Formats: sequence, C-alpha cells, structure tokens
Amino acid sequence: MELIDLLIKIALIIVIFVISLVVAMYSTYAERKIAAFFQDRVGPNRAGPWGILQPLADGGKMFLKEEIIPTNATGFLFIVGPSLAILTACIGSAVIPWGQNLEIGGRVIPLQVTDINVGILYIFGVVSLGVYGIMIGGWASNNKYSLLGAIRAASQNISYEISMGLSIIALLMVTGTLSLGEIAKQQHGFWADGYFSWNVFKQPLGFLLFIVCAFAETNRSPFDLPECETELVGGYHTEYSSMKLGFYLFAEYINMFISSAVMATLYFGGYNFPFMDLIHSPNLVAILGVVALFIKIFMFIFFFMWVRWTLPRFRYDQLMDLGWKTLIPLAIANIVLTGIFMTFFK
Amino acid sequence: MSTFYFIAFLSIFFSILVISAKNPVHSILYLVLTFFTFTIHYILLNAQFLAVVNFIVYMGAILVLFLYTLMLINLNKEAEPVKPFMVKIAAVFGGGILAVALVSSLKLLGVSDPVVLKNPDLGLVKNLGKVLFNEFLLPFEISSVLLLSAMVGAVLLATKEKEPKATI
Repeated sequence: MELIDLLIKIALIIVIFVISLVVAMYSTYAERKIAAFFQDRVGPNRAGPWGILQPLADGGKMFLKEEIIPTNATGFLFIVGPSLAILTACIGSAVIPWGQNLEIGGRVIPLQVTDINVGILYIFGVVSLGVYGIMIGGWASNNKYSLLGAIRAASQNISYEISMGLSIIALLMVTGTLSLGEIAKQQHGFWADGYFSWNVFKQPLGFLLFIVCAFAETNRSPFDLPECETELVGGYHTEYSSMKLGFYLFAEYINMFISSAVMATLYFGGYNFPFMDLIHSPNLVAILGVVALFIKIFMFIFFFMWVRWTLPRFRYDQLMDLGWKTLIPLAIANIVLTGIFMTFFK
Repeated sequence: MSTFYFIAFLSIFFSILVISAKNPVHSILYLVLTFFTFTIHYILLNAQFLAVVNFIVYMGAILVLFLYTLMLINLNKEAEPVKPFMVKIAAVFGGGILAVALVSSLKLLGVSDPVVLKNPDLGLVKNLGKVLFNEFLLPFEISSVLLLSAMVGAVLLATKEKEPKATI
C-alpha cells in the first residue's frame, strides 16, 4: 500500500471515530430533549442556546468527579470492564460502508475502512464480545446488584443473538453475500426490476426480528433489564463513578449509533437513495449518499428513543419467553418461507 | 512466520495461565484470550470464516456461558474442597509420568512438512461452503443430527415433571 493510501485510510478511520463519538455525545442531548418532549417538559436548556452545550457540560462533570474503586472490587478487572465496553462499541464501525467511492484527482477513495468478505459476521462477533465489558465490570464490582445485572445482560445477549443470527440468515439467502459493501451495492436506487430494491421490502419479517434483537443487544428499553433501577439499584454499573461510569453510558449510545448504521445498511439501502441515477456527477452522488445514510441512521436513533419513552420495561420471564418462544420460531419460519419463495418464484 | 511464532507463544502462555490462575473467573478470562489468539491463527492461515465463527461461537457464546455459570457459583477459599493426602501423591506421580512422556517426545521433535493446500483460498466462505455441501455433505448432516440430539437431551433434562396445578 502506498503511503498516501495509508494516510487516507488513517484519516478515514479518525473521521469515523470522531463522528461516532460526536453522534453518541449528541444522542445523549437528543435523548433528554426527546424525553422532555414526550413528557411535556422543556428539557436541558441552560448550557448554551437551547442547552446545546449540555453534552460538554456532562462530559466535563464526568471527568472531574471523584474516582472511586471499592475496596472489595477486583482492581484490574474493575478498570478493564468499561474499557472493553467502549472498545467493542467503537470497533464495529470498521466494516460499515459509509458511501460510494469518492474520486478526487484521479484517486479513488472508498468510504469504507475495510470491506472484508465476512463483514456481517464481523459485526456479530463484535456484538457478542460486547457482553464481556458488562460481565467483567459487574463481577469485578463485588456487589450483588452488579452481579445480577451482569448475569442478566449475559443471558439476554446470548438469547437474542440466536434470533438475530437466524434473521440474518434469511437476508443472506436473498443477497447471497456476507460483505456489507456488496449488500449496500445491491440495493442501488430505490426501484429495480419491478420491485423495491431495498432489503426491507424483501425481508419485512426479518427486519422486524432484527430490530427487536438490536434493541435487546444494545440493552435499550424495553429490554434494559441489566440496569433496571427499580430492582437492581443501577444494575451492572452500580459501583462505578466518574468517567468509568461515563464510558458505560457512552458505550450504549455508540452501540445504538452503530446498530442503527448496520440496520440502515442491511435493510434500508445504506447510502442509496431514490432517483440517485438522475444525478450524473459521481462525487455528488457519493456525498448525497453519505447524507442519506446519516438521515436513515438518525431516524433509527430517534426510533430507539421513541420506543424508550413510550413502552414500559419487560418482566424478566417475559423477556426470555419473547426471545426463545416467539422470535426464534418466527425467525426459522422466515428462513423456510424465504427458501420456498426463492425456489418457486425465481 | 515470525508473526506465527509470536502468536503461538501467546497461545501457550495464556493457556498456561488458564491452568495456573487461582481464581476460576480469571482462568476463564485467560481462556478467552487463548481463543482470541486461535482466531488470529485462523486468519494467518487465510481461513476467515473459521476465524469469525471461532470468534462468535467460542469467545462470544460458549465462554460467556462458562463465565455465567462460574459467576453464579460462589467459589472462595472456604468452599475450596480439601484434597486428601493420597490424591496429592497420585497427582504428583501422574504429573511426573506426563513430564517423562513429554521430555521423551521432545527428542523426536522435528519441523514437519507443512501441507500445501491445492486451493489457498479454501477458507473463504464460498469455497468452504461448496466443499462442505459437496464432498463432506454426509458427515456435515450427521454432525447436525448429533447436535440436535444433544439439544433434545438438554431440553429433556431441563423440563420439570408436570405437577398438578395448585389452586390459589
């Protein structure tokens, strides 16, 4: 690889990293504003105009608070927990195609860090690794509420990973590839060969299953039992304070951003938008594609928040029943139906 | 090649830590690291699919379940079983025999001829799928039946005897 290519890659990685952090930062602001709107309140409005500097104030507060490591905690693992949580949240963005290739001065710049041919499985691996941050942190705190939260998180993640995987299999049968770049390319435009080209129209049930599982995997309400404050004080992060707590909370928002990006790419056409063939400049299409992708991502993030402030939390047995007795059979039925459809109608 | 030796060293190092760690939870975490080095080995062998599956299934699911079980069991100094003296003697004896066997096998050690694959891209999903569903279809399907029977057995063990419903 040439030096300039390497530099472009590094720049791209830094830009994506910064964007995920900024989006996660302002997601906290958006969450509070949206919650306020849903509950007919004003929301944060003191720091800057409309409270726009609130995330910075929150971050500053987190950094400056006293760092407490409980005496009975396992010191090293207590620090590893939140670090692992934020690490696994950040590395998921590596395989997401953010846009079509840009062409600047005869040089093709792909807006995807790496297009490995097992992209979806990579995302899966990262998601399944995410639970370690919570489990290690919860166990190392040496607190029964933390431990219970960690155990809940583990069983919930494993249960919903299965139906997530099964819902993906049906999608793979349709697309025939595991590479996210390829899947995004296949959904070109909006209408192709007499049918919608976006996968959500080909796999509506699969998408429904996937989004439910995404809620569970990111520990978002109504699946936020690992940090259910009515039963578990603070859940797995009960003993955490200062920026270590901040990392846990931040990791949740980054996860939300990444899973929104994955959903937009897999099911909602990624960077494709209707009537993109009418624009002739490829660079303009690429830039508009990035904008389209981000609009989709923000809509998903809004949806995450909308659900959180609308639905009450599940009871734990209801959560397990939903995962094992409803979602998994539905996902298997979806695979069978997709198979039948592909055999007889294509 | 030097990458291989470094990763191989890490694999062995972490697996030694697995058995030498006092705390079972630490032991499992070292096992996670060991499996992670295996994933890197698979990638070095150009077996991407195997690498990712190893990552998801072993690191992401099986070891999480191990950790889950261990966290539920309260393992501490008081709960540690006291082993009788004879067992310790037997363990030392057995370990000694193993050491003799290992040392004698070290004498016969030589660098083996690496098998050169006909198709270096065999580990990619497409090629692997074709091989699995053509040449190895029967063993593949039989192993899935094996897994299914194991699952049925687990469900059978987990189901409680139906009790008559208590009237409230």
